[in-house]
Amino acid sequence: MAAAEGSGAGGAAKPLFAGLSDVSISEDIPVEGEITVPVGSCSPDEDYSTLDEPVRDTIMRDLKAVGKKFVHVMYPKKSSALLRDWDLWGPLVLCVSLALMLQGGSADSKEDGGPQFAEVFVIIWFGAVVITLNSKLLGGTISFFQSLCVLGYCVLPLTVAMLVCRLVLLAGSGTVSFIVRLIVVMAMFAWSTLASTAFLADSQPPNRKALVIYPIFLFYFVISWMILTFTAQ
Amino acid sequence: MAAVDDLKFQEFDDAANLLAVNPDATTISVDEPSENPKTQHGLLQDTGREEDDELLGTDDSDKTELLAGQKKSAPFWTFEYYQTFFDVDTYQVLDRIKGSVFPVPGKNFVRLYIRSNPDLYGPFWICATLVFAIAISGNLSNFFIHLGKPTFHYVPEFRKVSIAATTIYAYAWLVPLALWGFLMWRNSKVMNIVSYSFLEIVCVYGYSLFIYIPTAILWIIPQKAVRWVLVMFALCLSGDHRASPCPAGCRLFGILF
Repeated sequence: MAAAEGSGAGGAAKPLFAGLSDVSISEDIPVEGEITVPVGSCSPDEDYSTLDEPVRDTIMRDLKAVGKKFVHVMYPKKSSALLRDWDLWGPLVLCVSLALMLQGGSADSKEDGGPQFAEVFVIIWFGAVVITLNSKLLGGTISFFQSLCVLGYCVLPLTVAMLVCRLVLLAGSGTVSFIVRLIVVMAMFAWSTLASTAFLADSQPPNRKALVIYPIFLFYFVISWMILTFTAQ
Repeated sequence: MAAVDDLKFQEFDDAANLLAVNPDATTISVDEPSENPKTQHGLLQDTGREEDDELLGTDDSDKTELLAGQKKSAPFWTFEYYQTFFDVDTYQVLDRIKGSVFPVPGKNFVRLYIRSNPDLYGPFWICATLVFAIAISGNLSNFFIHLGKPTFHYVPEFRKVSIAATTIYAYAWLVPLALWGFLMWRNSKVMNIVSYSFLEIVCVYGYSLFIYIPTAILWIIPQKAVRWVLVMFALCLSGDHRASPCPAGCRLFGILF
């Protein structure tokens, strides 16, 4: 059957290429041009046009990328958007807003108040760096900035919890508000940990997954604790 | 030809057949005496991986024995050098923690669990957990003591975290350094003393701090008697754990520090 097909194809090919041997290029037709495959030829045009585009387009493109990643964190499916096209804008925005909301009293108040802006900022970034180093030392295959990106973006549920806590505290600070805040913070902490685990767990060696997940758990636990114990000055 | 048959390599892989033929033949079985990974499967290992871990554990320990001298051969400015300090699996860490909480009397922790594979994962993360456990439970116990008083305004005392972190990490690194220096000095005087590498000492101290984590959490209970009992219990367990690998002369040092 294969032989028949082959002969059939050969039979069909003969009329197609029958006149090939008759074609000849005469000497007075100059043959010139590039033999390169024009795959990369459009990229210089592209770069030129992104340089020339209005600023609004540039900003909107980056904002859309950040927004898409926020959506991926809130509904964590196995998508590679966070891992492949990592960026650190989202983590920076989240970290700054969380630190702004968490800072307690002025530095010269006589009571030992809540964390200062610098303390929260350092805890989040230094904690993320240490966790990334830990996962790489244990043999993880994820790159440094990809891991920072995932850990930073997964702070989003906790930032939402902080907003909710501040609003609840505006209403009152009794036992009921504490219970509401506790439930919200616990739910968001579980969401953060599960989201970052969903993104990061696959890149770890199978015997050491728990060793990598425990520091992530500790990291989000400490941030949740800071959110829960926040009292308005 | 008979000569060629004699020179042919004989496969010995059907040992069962040989044993069936000759049931009284002596057999030797090699397995791990102490490292028993099948006991620790609370977490993420399913049964399919158990056998792999058993085999891997055997291979790794064999390799460890063979390569003990060559393990840390990467130069110290490469990343691979530091990866050798984190060459532990989940069940190994859990075994070491279990060994620190329930010290086996008469057995040497270093020889039993560490076996020339000291890791830095345990000490580092146990210290980090301890720092936050102390800070959080200090806050909570303060809160419960003053609960009900209308004039009390709760403040999360964040400075305590920095102080706790500095103290605990200094303890976990400087005291092993002092002990190691002391042992090196003793080695130069008395030749027949057992010496441990610096990392093994750090490892022992790090894992011995684990017992303080539940102690710190239980310290929220504001009863003085309970607190004293807890502290004594933790001190005894932790000191015993540190003293077990120490030679007789340093045992007091291990218990106290």
